[in-house]
Amino acid sequence: MMTMLGGEPFLLVSKQEQQNYPLYIRSVPSDSELKFHYTVHTSLDVVEEKVSAVGKVIVDQRELYLGLLYPTEDYKVYGYVTNSKVKFVIVVDSSNTSLRDNEIRSMFRKLHNSFTDVMCNPFYNPGDPIQSKVFDSMVSSMMVQTC
Amino acid sequence: MADEALFQFLHNELIQYVYKSSEQGEMENARCITKLENMGFRVGQGLIERFTKDTARFKDELDVMKFICKDFWTSVFKKQIDNLRTNHQGIYVLQDNKFRLLSQLSAGKQYLEHAPKYLAFTCGLVRGGLANLGVKSIVTAEVSVMPACKFQVMIQKV
Repeated sequence: MMTMLGGEPFLLVSKQEQQNYPLYIRSVPSDSELKFHYTVHTSLDVVEEKVSAVGKVIVDQRELYLGLLYPTEDYKVYGYVTNSKVKFVIVVDSSNTSLRDNEIRSMFRKLHNSFTDVMCNPFYNPGDPIQSKVFDSMVSSMMVQTC
Repeated sequence: MADEALFQFLHNELIQYVYKSSEQGEMENARCITKLENMGFRVGQGLIERFTKDTARFKDELDVMKFICKDFWTSVFKKQIDNLRTNHQGIYVLQDNKFRLLSQLSAGKQYLEHAPKYLAFTCGLVRGGLANLGVKSIVTAEVSVMPACKFQVMIQKV
């Protein structure tokens, strides 16, 4: 799972259905990081629910982007699940109105692209925490944009 | 296309390398096969991550298998699987009538005993791809007449 936070993003990636351990977490304001961890882990249930509904409900949601998972008073939580069951979660401040659905979607696309590059790196062991510098800088640039 | 030949050469060298760097003996053969299979596994994981980047979410297991037979196979071997059969209980048989990695070997019985070497990597490729899509499986291959071969995928229920 993967997350982004903050007035801006807290981001985290997680892997595999049963064991949701974080592959990468990054948040902007580090003071309330724990709270964001909590938010992100809670949101995984919603992700699970949405994914398992595929093919059952009339609204066939087969897009990888899951949209707004749920809004809380202060934050909006967005989700994305790749075909390989890696979950991306982005948390943004509710007051941040510059981020619309489309922007979030393209952020997820970027994340996914970078993640694919990480996966295809022969020195990366699937399932390990992501330590790629390229990935880091991509996330940083994305967070700067949104701040 | 040139990349077709490159992959074949690389694959051939891979087998040569693995076999040359091992000792002789019956045990060693199995170990080499496992090694090749594991290499395929990792490659499969990476490939499927890339190939499924822009596809919609899969509905079920069969959907995943169809993807492997069509898109995945076309990308790697430049042709689709010729026949996909299933018993709907977790066993799938993928038949390729002219498997590319075997097509350069004699079609007779001469190299039949060497065929497993040339299939191990692909078995791993399929297993790795499926594993990354959340489908645990065992993949085996069999050849009866030379360029044709069958891959049997047994899905491991959790």
